[in-house]
Amino acid sequence: MSGIPHDHYEPGTKGEKWLHTRLPIVGLIYDTLMLPTPKNLNWMWIWGIVLVFTLVLQIVTGIVLVMHYVPHVDMAFQSVEHIMRNVNGGHMIRYFHMNGASLFFVAVYAHIFRSLYYGSYKSPREVTWIVGMLMYVLMMGTAFMGYVLPWGQMSFHGTAVITGLFGAIPFVGESVQVWLLGTPNGSIGQPALNRFFSLHYLLPFILLGLTIVHVWAFHTTGNNNPTGVEVRRTSKEDAEKDTLPFWPYFVIKDLFALAVILAVFVAVVGFMPNYLGHPDNYIPANPLVTPSHIVPEWYFLPFYAILRAFDGEVWLVIAVNWITFGIVDAKFFGVIAMFGAIVVMALAPWLDTSSVRSGRYRPMFKWWFWLFAVNFMLLMWVGARPAEGIYPYIALIGATYWFAYFLVILPLLGVIEKPTTPPATIEEDFNAHYAPKGDGAKPVATPAE
Amino acid sequence: MSHADDHQGTRRDFLYYATAGAGVVVSGAAVWPLVNQMNPSADVLALASIRVDISAVDPGTQITVLWQGKPVFIRARTEEEIAESRAVDLNDLPDAEANNENLGENIPATDENRALSEDGQWLVQMGVCTHLGCVPLGEAGDFGGWFCPCHGSHYDKAGRIRRGPAPRNLPVPIASFVDETTIQLG
Repeated sequence: MSGIPHDHYEPGTKGEKWLHTRLPIVGLIYDTLMLPTPKNLNWMWIWGIVLVFTLVLQIVTGIVLVMHYVPHVDMAFQSVEHIMRNVNGGHMIRYFHMNGASLFFVAVYAHIFRSLYYGSYKSPREVTWIVGMLMYVLMMGTAFMGYVLPWGQMSFHGTAVITGLFGAIPFVGESVQVWLLGTPNGSIGQPALNRFFSLHYLLPFILLGLTIVHVWAFHTTGNNNPTGVEVRRTSKEDAEKDTLPFWPYFVIKDLFALAVILAVFVAVVGFMPNYLGHPDNYIPANPLVTPSHIVPEWYFLPFYAILRAFDGEVWLVIAVNWITFGIVDAKFFGVIAMFGAIVVMALAPWLDTSSVRSGRYRPMFKWWFWLFAVNFMLLMWVGARPAEGIYPYIALIGATYWFAYFLVILPLLGVIEKPTTPPATIEEDFNAHYAPKGDGAKPVATPAE
Repeated sequence: MSHADDHQGTRRDFLYYATAGAGVVVSGAAVWPLVNQMNPSADVLALASIRVDISAVDPGTQITVLWQGKPVFIRARTEEEIAESRAVDLNDLPDAEANNENLGENIPATDENRALSEDGQWLVQMGVCTHLGCVPLGEAGDFGGWFCPCHGSHYDKAGRIRRGPAPRNLPVPIASFVDETTIQLG
């Protein structure tokens, strides 16, 4: 591995040597924990740990919930109520699992926006970014299928709307829908519930595997940092001026941040566990009655807004419909836009043409980035509003900016923007923030030897 | 590339291609059952038709029954409803097709082509909005027929889309009278 030069594990005792020549597992753990990490990382670099913790939380609470849950249309709702009322501590475990999904998305959005601002997706970290995007998509699939399992009104009719999206694909849409739902007319029933349960159990373990790939990728390239300047690899001495080992410096920092976040999380779970949910999902699924206002969970709202933004009256939709001889209608266009929004984000490493990595040294980019972040919140808000009156226009403007940011602004900025000069080294940036004292005292955050 | 090289490689290349080809076929044969198991199973397909007793449905009322996991509206219409539906100009309809499975495609969406009985009294249609699959509410909306609360589609008294995002008239499923008071769906 041509990574940052640092000390590797040397087996000391006879027993360690015996194991190391047969399975170098201690060395693997040592090198992973002692990874040289840029010493100027700020608080936006803590979300990875939060995500790992949340994944484990969801897997553990999920496995326990499955011991009481019954994936059958007649019993699913009752079994969830059974968990809430009869199982010892069941209500708490379910509330942790339910709100754990929200914590997961809070953390992943913070993590993604961190990467977008500091240019973490740019060369040489494209593979880390792509694996991350893949995990994000799997996460959304897992969350969606998990929401179906309680078999309440929102579960049922939300599934109808979302699987209905696949029916919009030209030519093969109906067969795909029949195949996904296992019913001849695309109705939602036992087959859908059972297979969603199966996949909801499987996907988190695939996420766990991809987490290892994700970490492996950025351990190969080294972490990005707020300056976007690479760690010096000229010698071990140079590298040590820019970095600190992950253990114990960053582990302790990350655990502190995790404790603060968990304090808020536990407060939400304890005092307002249903705040982020919908009351309609406490009504058993009834195929004969649709809830008057179907809304997805908050973390899907920006993409739901993009889906609904492109109705049959938008000139682009009309033009595409005409060019494709009606194959791409308004419904299918909305589906393409929703998935396309994630695809263009995944392509960011190749769309961003700027030679400077971090947004800190890009005066024009900063504004566009913050507008992008505000636009994300705007889309989230408008996604929860009914599709009438002014709201579709707001959604259309928001969706247009989303695509413009990746397809127009990122490529153009690299050409027209004049970035300021980043510091030559991470050490320089660090000293600018934590200046060594004039009397020769050691800087506060230098490791004690 | 010389011909001599070609001859050298021929036998080995053939084995490579044959092995790869066999591998693809075997993988495909192994994967197909795993994919196909998700298609509708025999018992689900067997529930294709049901019979509905309509003796208790008076003119001006309707019932909703569950057929193949989806709601079906069965309405006994009054003389006024029938007259009003028949008076509608076909040019006012966003979807000019009857969307009636009993008649086939490209049939004009006249009220006669939507109703199940000759006299127009019985209207049988899927209770699934053609926009995103919500269940519309009966005797509601600007045209006195059905109204979808999800995204505001208005259907008239013959279940034809009149305004809103839904692209098509409510589908009329395969249905027939077994006797005077029984309708068979499917």
